[in-house]
This record gives sequence, C-alpha cells and structure tokens, in this order.
Amino acid sequence: MSSTTHDDHNTHAAHDAHGEHGHAKPSFVRRWLMSTNHKDIGTLYITSAVIGGCVGGILSMIMRAQLMYPHNHIVSSGTEWNAIITAHGLIMIFWMVMPALIGGFGNWFVPMMIGAPDMAFPRLNNMSFWFLVMGFIFVMLGLLIGDGTGAGWTIYPPLDNAKFSPGIATDFSLFSLHLAGISSLLGAINFIATILNMRAPGMTMHKMPLFCWAILVTAFLLLLAIPVLAGAVTMLIMDRNFGTSFFEPSGGGDPVLFQHLFWFFGHPEVYIMILPAFGIISHVVSTFSKKPVFGYLGMAYAMVIIGFVGFVVWAHHMFISGISTDSRIYFEVATLVIAVPTGIKIFSWIATMWGGSIEFKTPMLWAIGFIFLFVIGGATGVVLANAGLDQELHNDYFLIAHFHYVLSLGAVFAIFAGFYYWIGKMSGHPYPEFWGKVHFWTTFVGVNLTFFPQHFLGLAGMPRRYPDYPDAFAGWNFVSSVGAMISGASTAVFFYILYRIFTSKEKLADNYWGEGATTLEWAVPSPAPHHTFEDVPVIQ
Amino acid sequence: MKRVFGQIFGVVLLAGLFSHAALAQTADPTAAANAYVNAPHNWQMWFPEAGSPMQEKIDWLMKYVLWIMAGIVAFVGGLMVYVMLRFNARANKTPALFTHNTLVEVIWIVIPTLLLAVIIVPSISLIYYEADDSNPYMTIDAVGHQWYWEYKYESTPGLDYTSYMIPDDKLQPGDIRRLTVDHPIVVPVGKKIKFNISSTDVLHGFYLPSLGVQRYAIPGTVVTSWTIIPKVGTYYGECNQICGVNHDAMPIEIKAVSMDDYLAWVKVAQANYVMNSFAPNLLSSPMPVNQFADLAVVK
Ligand code: HEM
Ligand SMILES: [Cu+2]
Ligand SMILES: [Cu+2]
Repeated sequence: MSSTTHDDHNTHAAHDAHGEHGHAKPSFVRRWLMSTNHKDIGTLYITSAVIGGCVGGILSMIMRAQLMYPHNHIVSSGTEWNAIITAHGLIMIFWMVMPALIGGFGNWFVPMMIGAPDMAFPRLNNMSFWFLVMGFIFVMLGLLIGDGTGAGWTIYPPLDNAKFSPGIATDFSLFSLHLAGISSLLGAINFIATILNMRAPGMTMHKMPLFCWAILVTAFLLLLAIPVLAGAVTMLIMDRNFGTSFFEPSGGGDPVLFQHLFWFFGHPEVYIMILPAFGIISHVVSTFSKKPVFGYLGMAYAMVIIGFVGFVVWAHHMFISGISTDSRIYFEVATLVIAVPTGIKIFSWIATMWGGSIEFKTPMLWAIGFIFLFVIGGATGVVLANAGLDQELHNDYFLIAHFHYVLSLGAVFAIFAGFYYWIGKMSGHPYPEFWGKVHFWTTFVGVNLTFFPQHFLGLAGMPRRYPDYPDAFAGWNFVSSVGAMISGASTAVFFYILYRIFTSKEKLADNYWGEGATTLEWAVPSPAPHHTFEDVPVIQ
Repeated sequence: MKRVFGQIFGVVLLAGLFSHAALAQTADPTAAANAYVNAPHNWQMWFPEAGSPMQEKIDWLMKYVLWIMAGIVAFVGGLMVYVMLRFNARANKTPALFTHNTLVEVIWIVIPTLLLAVIIVPSISLIYYEADDSNPYMTIDAVGHQWYWEYKYESTPGLDYTSYMIPDDKLQPGDIRRLTVDHPIVVPVGKKIKFNISSTDVLHGFYLPSLGVQRYAIPGTVVTSWTIIPKVGTYYGECNQICGVNHDAMPIEIKAVSMDDYLAWVKVAQANYVMNSFAPNLLSSPMPVNQFADLAVVK
C-alpha cells in the first residue's frame, strides 16, 4: 500500500484513495466533488443525465401541451416557444443522451470490460464531468434569462446574431456548447488513451467487447467533430460580440457556411449518440439469447465504417440550402451508403438471436424494441436521404418523426436497456422485474403514439417549430400529445423503480444474468468494488 | 376524399359570397381560383393532392421508396417475430453457438446494396428534374421578411407587394386560419414559373407542399426553384425555417388562374398596389400594422 504509485503531488489524497479499499470511507465532498474513480464519475454522469432528461422532458411536455390544440395558449409567446424548443433540443442531446451513454455507461464499463484499473487520466475525467455541469448551468441561463435563446438547437445565423437575438441569453447558450464540447473532447481523449493503452494482457483489439469498440469509434468522432463545432460557435460569438462578419452577408460573410460547419459536426454527432447504443444492444441481445454475438468482426468494423462515412454526408441536412445539383447527388448517394453497414448491424443482432434461447427480461424487451423502432427510423432516414424527396419533407414533421424514432425510440431505449442490464452491477440491488416491464410497455405505447402520427403531419405539410398551426393538423397533433402524456406518465414508473432499487435489501450475485453474460464486468462482485481489479486479469 | 371536397366546396361558396368585399366592385379576377382549394385537411395521412408535375413525381418516388422501405421493415419485423416465437427460452432450451455464416453475411450486404441502386436511379433523375429551372415563362422574386413575404414580378415593372397572414381576429368566412393571406401570389395556369428566393433579414423557408417546392430564403444570396400549376385553384404553403417570434405566421398562398384572368389581375394589381388603395386588411397585433409600407417602394 505505498502512497507513491500514482500521485506524488498530494500524498494525502493518495492515502485516502487507497484507504477506500473498505477501511476509511472518504467524505462525501471528497468522494463526489473531487472524484477520480471511474465508477463514481460514471454515477455522476448518469445522475446528471437523469436530471437533464427530466428538464428536457418537462420542456417537451410543455411543447406537446401547447400543440395539443390549435390556437392554444399554454405558451404565452413565440419568443417563449422558441426558447423552449431550443433548450429542449440542446439539453436532450448534450445533457441527457451523451452523458448517459458515453460519460455514464462508458465510464462505468469500458475500464471494467478491458480489465483496466481505471481510466487513463482520472483527474481529466473529473474535469470533463464538471465542465458538463457548468455547461448545464449555462444552457439553463440561456433558457431563463431575458427572452431566452430562440434559434433552435441548430443555432443557424443570422437569427442568433446580435441584431436578431440581442440578449445575453444567446451567448450563454453558445458558451454552453463550448463547455459541453470541452467536456466531450477531454472525455474522448481519455477513452482513446484508455482503450488503446490499458487493455489487460490478452485483451487484443479483436477480443475487445463491442461496447468498447463503440465507445472507441465514438471518441474518435468526438475528437474530429467537436473542434469544428467549437470553431463555428466561436465565429458566431465573434460575430455577435466583436463585429466580425463570418456569417454576415453585409460584411462578405455567408450564413450557409455556418450550416456546413454545423453539420460537419452535426451528422457525426448523431452517430455519437447512436454508436454507444449499438454497443449496449449487442451485449444485451447476446446475453439474453445466451449466444455469443454473431459476426463480431463485422459488427466492430461496421461501426468503424459508419464512423468514417459519417464524416462525408453532412450536407444531406442542407439539400434545400441552395447547394448545387451535383452536391445534392453526391450527398444523397454517400448518405445511402451508410444504410449498408447499418443493415449489417441489424441483421447480425437478429442472427445473434437466431438459434438462441431467448429470455424476455426487461433489458431484452428494450433491446428488441430498439431494434425494431430503429429500423423504422432508419427507413425514414433512407427516404429523407433522397434529395428529391427531402425537398418536400425537409423541416416538416416527417423529419421530426425520423429523428425521434432513432433518438427517443432508439438511443433512449438503448439507455434503458443498459440501465436495466447493469443497474444490479452498479448498485448491487435488483430492479423489480414486473415494474420494469410496465415501464417498457407504457413507454413503448407512449412514444409510438407520440411519434408515429407525426409522419402523417409531415406528409400533410406541417412545419416544425410552430407553436400554432392550421386547424387541419389538429387531429394527429392531439393523438401525438396524448402519446406524450403516456410517455410522461411512464417516467413516474421509472422513478418508482429507482426508489425500489435503492430501498431494496436484496443482494445480487457476481453474474446475475448467468451463462449468457460473458464480459469481464460479470467476473467482479455486484456492486463492483471501488477498485475493480485487485490483480490484473489475464484474458486467454 | 369526397367528403372533404364537399366541405371545401361549401366553404368556397361562402367565400365567393362574402370575402374580399372591396374587390367585389371590380369583380375579383382571381375569383375562379376559389373553385378548387388545395389545403390540408384533418386526419390527412399522405401528401396533398399533387398540384404540379413536380409534386406528382415526388409523390410517385415517395410511394416507390416507401414501399421498398415498408418491405424491409416488414421483413425485419417478421424475422424478429419468428425468432421470438421459435427461439424463446421455452421453445428452445439449449442455445446454438454458431457465430458465422459467410453466405448470409454476403447476402445481407449484396441485397441492401442492390436495393439502394434501385432507389438511386429514379431518385437522381428527380433531382435533375427539380433542378431544371430553365426557360421560365415568368420569374417571381419571393423575399422573406420578419414576418411576411414580398413578391416581386420581374417581368411586370412596379408589381412588388407584400403578403401578410390574415390574423385570427380578422378572418372572413372562407378564409383558412393560419394559411390565408391578404395578397396571394397570382400566376397563370400551365406556365413555368421560376422563383428567385431570398431574404432581407434572417433565414426563412419558402415551402409549398402541394407543389413540391421548398428552398431556404437566405440573406445575401438567391436560391431558385420553379413550378407549373396545371389546374386553376388556390394552393398554400408556409415558412419552413425558424425565423423568430412569428415564424408560424407567414404562410404563402398562390392562386393559379387562366391567362385572361391573370392579365386582368395584373392590371388591377398594378393600379391598386401602386396607388396603395388595395382594400386595407388591417392587422392586429402581434403583426405589424404598417403592412403597406413596402408597397410604396416601387422599383
Ligand atoms: C440509415 C440511417 C440514417 C439516414 C439515412 C439518415 C438520414 C437523414 C437525413 C437525410 C436527414 C436530413 C433530413 C432533413 O434535414 O431534411 C436526417 C436528419 C436527422 N437525423 Fe438521420 N439518418 C439516419 C440515421 C440517424 C440516426 C442513427 C440518428 C441519431 C441517432 C439520426 C438523427 C437525425 C437527426 C437528429 C436529424 C435532424 C436534425 C435537425 O434538422 O434538427 N439519424 N437524417
Ligand atoms: Cu445527418
Ligand atoms: Cu419562418
């Protein structure tokens, strides 16, 4: 128990950290505010994702309440409406999905799965988390101060320049992206260093669990995409505050340039949100089919290909921004190409189930729900990738339905699959199976009722980001809002489940899923001890 | 469908009787367009009835792609149901352990690739079709403003006017809430109309779902699109790119009329718009009241 191993600046801290082997308990402040432990930091991330999800969810309930009837007055003005939709998008992406999948499950399980004692840079890890918290404070200020930020999560200028959005709120929102971006960037560096350098002996890249592959590819996407967003946001801030005109036509700038930069980040960003989900689904499907993953290498490299191609398709978000005919064709074809590796993933999951002995425990329900609903979202994605069709569908509710099928019914389902799969490992207590299933079914009905009718609204021509709409759209909007309320109610079930887990006295075995669960996290006790591996595990 | 047209017909009758009272003295040259109103209807589940050849092609390709996609979704869904029934723990106690099957792995790369090729071919020809704005009969500049549209007829000097949504408290019988505007675009049927779309302030979206037209209105640049409307009637569209507080309150209305009516309308409009005497349809808040300010600017 020497205190010189990994901290020579502060021997005291090292002492305390080592004391945690079960002897002295670290103080609350030391454990949670100055944490360097990947599991504690993971827990912090998951907690913040729950908070982000609640805030973003409340905003979405307000939106659906407003849209329940035409000519409604739940939201008092267009200004307020625009602030709400902007904050909803930003919070759900940067403070819910990403912290849950990458910071949360990534921190908890990547080191464990590769047999590493912790992340490569534990303090950097802590810093990443607190940058995210600061970002959250900023995005909330951007929502609440003055008129709020009203340009949508895509923050296109000129609407958010100094002339059309004069308040300081917009600056807060822009800086919140910087803070979240720094957080993600540092996290990405940490994951790459950890995965490339700290695998246990015998854990070759080609033996590494798919969730680690997913996080590795995601980390590279972050590393390449976030700096471009940071550049674009910096230029916006300069335009707003220092009189530059990067995106200002009157000064020789170009608003379309911003769209290129934003989507060069934005399209990889959507894969940043879904690749970790792919990883989780592979583990869950394999565990509950009691079969190894089908086509492991194909699965891993499909993600790598998706990551690569994801960087050269960005202008499919700009088909109607006046890009040239040839660009429209190129970006259409490049986008469609991604459907092939995505198909490999879908079919390999089904092939993993094929011949298996499938148990429909709660995590598996979410995983099966994920696969089917993601296929629907992918199918509408292929429709939108047709530039000629996108001319009709862009920015209407068909688009909204598409990305909620891949996010609210895709990424979120994977988050819940991961939650039910690993909560026993994280807390040591089981979740109540019955209520887990109730949670799944209420959510499944709720979100489908919310988002399926939005396809019809889109086809009928209802634009996005409207607080009021022609009366002809009333019917499906009403159905959609009822669905949203069911989804909202299902969240209450989730909180009841959390309550049950944290008040449970039951203890779980190391591998409570049995033969199907084969990765390293199942070789350690539940809950995983503060220091996962006392000895370096060796993988044959 | 029938019921909807019945409703529309009734509405149209009323509209003919009561609306646009000011123009009634001179007989509204666009009145014929009220006979066919292509507006969204409640519980609509598909595209609007195609109002232009472009929309017909979009409609066709959409069905084509969507059927292929529906096939894929049904196939995957079917596989999953089969797997869940056949390989659940009760039906299959001991799991197989295979992890490879080269044949199916090749198949599920090759078949999706072929399907994409089948989609890409007609899809690209639609892109070329949509891009071909050559040889228009006339060109209209559609300029987005916060929060109204301005239409400038390039071939008709002086014809440059603004188009505001009719606010809820000023609706006349027959008007459609959130879609009807005070001064619609008027075009002759069957002629190729080119739109030069731009903006003077923020981004807007010039979106005409029943005609298959959509482009951003971007300050500092002009983006073009085009349409041909074969049938006399009224068509609607909306601003489809977030543009601030009243983003949902700057719809687009197009009336397609016969060439004679169109020429008659041009005369009336030129006279009226220039003299600023068009029936004032004064707007209440939150819309700005000085809607005719722009009309004075005759270039
Ligand atoms: C087969 C796979 C996919 C294809 C072909 C595809 C295609 C597209 C296209 C063409 C658009 C632009 C439509 C428009 O702006 O008019 C789009 C939008 C979008 N997609 Fe996908 N997509 C796919 C999967 C995903 C996934 C996996 C996610 C996220 C998890 C995602 C999230 C989004 C989002 C958030 C938008 C809208 C962004 C916005 O304008 O606010 N998509 N998709
Ligand atoms: Cu994209
Ligand atoms: Cu708008």
